[in-house]
Amino acid sequence: MAEERRPKQCTVVLPTESMKAMAESIGVGQLQEESCAALSEEVSYRIKEIAQDALKFMHHGKRRKLMTSDIDHALKIKNVEPLYGFQSQEFIPFRFASGGGRELHFYEEKEVDLSDIINTPLPRVPLDVSLKAHWLSIEGVQPAIPENPPPAPKEQQKAESTEPLKAVKPGQEEEGSIQKGQGATSAEAKGKCKYKCKKEGLIRMKPRSTHELSVEQQLYYKEITEACVGSCEAKRAEALQSIATDPGLYQMLPRFSTFISEGVRVNVVQNNLALLIYLMRMVKALMDNPTLYLEKYLHELIPAVVTCIVSKQLCLRPDVDNHWALRDFAARLMAQSCKTFSTTTNNIQSRITKTFTKSWLDEKTQWTTRYGCIAGLSELGPDVIKTLIIPRLTIEGARIKAVIEGPVVSNIDKIGADHVQSLLLKHCASVIAKTRPLPDNMEQYRVDYGYLGPMLCSHVVKARAQAALQAQQVNRTTLTITQPRSTLTVSQSGIGGSVGSRTPSIIKVPSSLTLMSTRPGTPTQPSPPATKYIVMATSAGASSTQQVITLSSSSASSVTSTVASAASTLQPLVKLESGGGGSLGGSRPLQKYIVVSLPSSASSSLESKSGMLPPSSSSLEAGMKMERSDSPGASTQSPH
Amino acid sequence: FHRLFILLVHAHFISKMAAVQDGQVDLEVEKKEIKTETSNDGSGNNNANSSSPGSTSLGATSKSPTGPAEDQQTLLAVLQFLKRNKLNESVDILRREAGLSVEIDDSPGSASGGAGSGGASNSTVDGGDTNSLLSRVSIAIPAAPAVTAAPVPPKGLDQPDVNVVLSAYSQQGDPDLYPLYYNGLKKFIESVLDCHRAELSQVFYPLFVHMYLELVYNNHEVEAKQFFEKFSGDQECYYAEDLRILSGMTKKEHMKGNETMLDFRTSKFVLRISRDSYQLLKRHLQERQNNQIWNIIQEHLYIDIFDGMPRSKSQIDAMSGSLAGEAKRDANKTKVFYGLLKEPEIEVPLDDEDEEAENEEGKPKKKKPKKDSMGSKSKKQDPNAPQQTRIPLPELKDSDKLDKIMNMKEAAKKIRLGSDNLPSICFYTFLNAYQGLTAVDITDDSSLIAGGFADSTVRVWSVTPKKLRRVKSAADLSNIDKESDDVLERIMDEKTASESKILYGHSGPVYGISFSPDRNYLLSSSEDGTVRLWSLQTFTCLVGYKGHNYPVWDTQFSPYGYYFVSGGHDRVARLWATDHYQPLRMFAGHLADVTCTRFHPNSNYVATGSADRTIRLWDVLNGNCVRILTGHKGPIHSLAFSPNGKFMASGATDGRVLLWDIGHGLMIGELKGHTDTIYALRFSRDGEILASGSMDNTVKLWDTLKAFDDVELDDFTAATGHIHLPENSQELLLGSYTTKSTPVIHLHFTRRNLLLAAGAYNP
Repeated sequence: MAEERRPKQCTVVLPTESMKAMAESIGVGQLQEESCAALSEEVSYRIKEIAQDALKFMHHGKRRKLMTSDIDHALKIKNVEPLYGFQSQEFIPFRFASGGGRELHFYEEKEVDLSDIINTPLPRVPLDVSLKAHWLSIEGVQPAIPENPPPAPKEQQKAESTEPLKAVKPGQEEEGSIQKGQGATSAEAKGKCKYKCKKEGLIRMKPRSTHELSVEQQLYYKEITEACVGSCEAKRAEALQSIATDPGLYQMLPRFSTFISEGVRVNVVQNNLALLIYLMRMVKALMDNPTLYLEKYLHELIPAVVTCIVSKQLCLRPDVDNHWALRDFAARLMAQSCKTFSTTTNNIQSRITKTFTKSWLDEKTQWTTRYGCIAGLSELGPDVIKTLIIPRLTIEGARIKAVIEGPVVSNIDKIGADHVQSLLLKHCASVIAKTRPLPDNMEQYRVDYGYLGPMLCSHVVKARAQAALQAQQVNRTTLTITQPRSTLTVSQSGIGGSVGSRTPSIIKVPSSLTLMSTRPGTPTQPSPPATKYIVMATSAGASSTQQVITLSSSSASSVTSTVASAASTLQPLVKLESGGGGSLGGSRPLQKYIVVSLPSSASSSLESKSGMLPPSSSSLEAGMKMERSDSPGASTQSPH
Repeated sequence: FHRLFILLVHAHFISKMAAVQDGQVDLEVEKKEIKTETSNDGSGNNNANSSSPGSTSLGATSKSPTGPAEDQQTLLAVLQFLKRNKLNESVDILRREAGLSVEIDDSPGSASGGAGSGGASNSTVDGGDTNSLLSRVSIAIPAAPAVTAAPVPPKGLDQPDVNVVLSAYSQQGDPDLYPLYYNGLKKFIESVLDCHRAELSQVFYPLFVHMYLELVYNNHEVEAKQFFEKFSGDQECYYAEDLRILSGMTKKEHMKGNETMLDFRTSKFVLRISRDSYQLLKRHLQERQNNQIWNIIQEHLYIDIFDGMPRSKSQIDAMSGSLAGEAKRDANKTKVFYGLLKEPEIEVPLDDEDEEAENEEGKPKKKKPKKDSMGSKSKKQDPNAPQQTRIPLPELKDSDKLDKIMNMKEAAKKIRLGSDNLPSICFYTFLNAYQGLTAVDITDDSSLIAGGFADSTVRVWSVTPKKLRRVKSAADLSNIDKESDDVLERIMDEKTASESKILYGHSGPVYGISFSPDRNYLLSSSEDGTVRLWSLQTFTCLVGYKGHNYPVWDTQFSPYGYYFVSGGHDRVARLWATDHYQPLRMFAGHLADVTCTRFHPNSNYVATGSADRTIRLWDVLNGNCVRILTGHKGPIHSLAFSPNGKFMASGATDGRVLLWDIGHGLMIGELKGHTDTIYALRFSRDGEILASGSMDNTVKLWDTLKAFDDVELDDFTAATGHIHLPENSQELLLGSYTTKSTPVIHLHFTRRNLLLAAGAYNP
């Protein structure tokens, strides 16, 4: 038990200085030390007493969180006047200040500019209480519907795939480890393992043949797969959204992954670009689904994705069709899965990197494959670009020069070289802009990077300029949506840090912010994932919604979907800083969202989730996504 | 300031007066004497006194070996108090009632007080002088059962009686020796034979508490803290909550008005120890001349000695955990008529009605055999059932009979549940409740669902296509043709039809809610101290029952309607009838808030769960406490009776469900699995399955048939109450269903055994 804590509980009392301060505030000037001590003990005791009573009200209110109203009720049964006016649900509005050797907590009354209030759009009217019924269980079996939690939570899936020994009971240990050792066994065997683990996890479910999908699931599978590769774009969007959000797909995952891998195999041979794109979008949707953990199916999905990146030919008319966009998109998927699933045991990232590098270094590699390799590598992040791509710029430049300026061998080669060139420029420019010291000398660049040098130089200059511009632009496009009950709960940190000079605005707490990419660039033909804007609202636990508004400019289909905060996939792109450097004692830490772009992340899909400064309440989860932000340079944004 | 005791007395008188003055109120119940639990609690510690929080009890720590004498004293104390507050009328009435002679009340007040008078008592030799009494008490003759503290007149209004209550602590010992004493005892107990050790270890906690309080009382703050730090770690983990309260209490002043402290002082901590173990302890203490500890044991502990084998650690742990130790064995000896009432009132009209219904439907043959079986079943008189007229029950109206018929028809279609046939669960989620949903109830026929909210509102939804309609206004009603057949349809105002209605009236969060069995009324209890009765015909408030002056945590209608029970922060459960604005019975005895109240299916008993971690069963007829069930380690938040009335289940903040045999007053099962407070419990219609819903967002189903079968009850265990609980929670758990993020706060089996659950989505 909490034996270590108990002695503390016994002795915790308010500091005597507080008593002095309070006495002064009501006009009692000189208070003796002894009186202070006696008072503080008494006050501490009473506070504890009231807190205990307040807990009672919390229990009967069937809550886990103590609220100010509980304290009021506790005071009321003690025949003490409750504290009127302090109904704020957000935070306790005390501020901390120190100076001249004194420390003070005070209630800050800010001057309010009326025009601010008048001009603020009215908050949405809170929704009325309503009643909704669903089946929690049907004859003992919990149906997999959105209202119910996913049959196997993601953590469990992850635990099963990464640490099978823990999930499996002693008797099955061997089997589990063998299957892990075999690595790429068939989906079937893996499925078996999974179902066993699952059965162990749930307590006494009705026995059922777990390999067979229910009729509904079979129908669903058929509908979804048909829609995904069918001709109707609207249907496809719906199907993909279903894959990306439905919590009950766990059991169908092996089917989907086989469908994708087989589909890619067949369609690469047939050079069916459209279908390959559709399949990659399915992969993307699966990865977006917050309830699925794909680790066990990577052995099927990665080859399929890599095929779409580096295959020599992906379409019937390589000179006309835009297969480059597919390669870009698949490369992004690859990078995303590397970041999500790469561990020290499976080494996905290093294995993938090796694969790309090897075929890139090969002299005979075609331009298409070459393009794929470079795209795949550059999506892996600025570090990879710096160490693997930039050193080879000279050689690659020479090769491009040979094709472009040399005798015309084939149109296809020329187009390929052209694309490789722009790809290299795009990715390298932002990295170089970050790493290279300022004077951008054309000649120096030529010396350093060979044929590509001068072009690179102008790109870098542009990138630097854009970075500066970007910062302002993002600021301008900030969209603030105030929601009815949107508030930020921040628990009192108590321990005072430095005195924040910034004052938190009390009336208007912008609860949501939108990050917009300045250029909603979508590749032309394949319409890979549309630009997404995350409208994110954090609130005091009452309701916290997070919406992904997908605006796709190419396909003109706009889908709105609710997604739980993106899994911690990529490196944080959005960094959060609190004003006053860390904890502002006694006041709500001012939150600033600083978008830090990674050194050279031009035109890449970056997803990041930044946990806000954890203000102790877990309900505050901030997920931010930025997609296709072609924004080199740092952009700063503050919600205030 | 409100004092429970006064309320008790007051309520008593007022209802008496009402009876006298009105004359028309001729309910049988009314005439029966209202009897509180005060004198019933074993050695005569006046529990009812120790109640009202915020203020304290009115003195009267009467410790008298004889019951009648004590009653007398209580009366005197009450008289004094009434006099002091110029309630002369009441004084007269009380005097008349009690048949006291006039002379005893007029001895002049003692020095301190003003109006009060010394407790001139008929029974004690030395009555009179308060001061001498006070000093006598504070001298504290060790082991003096004959000390009789007459009620002391209050000195002013500032809770003077506490001093008396506390004075027993003034016996001084050398504060430095306390740890030594305690350690000595600890060493001794550690060195005794294993079989005795577990039993004797029970002494630690009460001893620790009393020694600590003694130190605090005598202003040895530093020593007290040291003592606490040194030994608090040794105590059983289930006392952590109380220890936390104790740890905050470091000054004598704090002891005033602290309920926990008063509970410790006014109620003896009950321990059950076998004779052998007790002898060991006694011998040890006497050898060592360890008077300090011996005094505490004599003064503050009640040791219930039994013959036979000492109990094992697990047996003890199962039963302990309550605020005042275990229940005494004789507290659970009263016979409880737990059988169900046969329903003769229904049977006869039922046949008629049934036949009518059958004739309408035109298939009488099919139903005949079933009806017979029903009839024969209810004809058999259950030997454990109370007499039909033990409690006057309301007569059935025609609509009730119709409902009964519906009920039986539905019941015939009921699914038989079992371990291989689990119920389906339909979950009603309250959306956008913003954490404000505090209570839910569903009507027996599952047509209406009501929610109580923290914003003081009560909302009623219809979950069937039938919308909720109000009765027309009086003016409109006068226009309709009262002779028409569909007059019941016509009185409803179609314009008001809606799926939900909101009832405004409370001024605080609504913590308890209950539909009447006939669905015409709804009860709600609130933080504002009232219970309100709402009409579901007009959707208006009909009555506000005032009596609890503090938050009312729970209320429930009797299964037969008319009566209802409520319990709240004032530690008293009250029995009411809907047509009386004063309670009919007050069930006092709990040492902390009454957190939940449930009627027994036969309406003759009321079960209350409390924050003192005990469950009490009260007899509605005479107000006696007939069962005290201990074993929970946290405040009890849910209770459920099995449909046959034989068993009870209870759930607490400790996340455990305990099963009880009411007839024997025994714990017969422990269901572990939940990780948070259990707010909802419900047996299936046939009692085969128990559903539990918890704050941990799960609904769990338990095989109660197996649980009840597994218990082997021989005569010995029945007599001693020492039961070995089978460790089979996992075998009994039939299913566990997690919601996304919705704590389960209500469960209900429909008549066809479909399980309905409800809770507010809590993102």
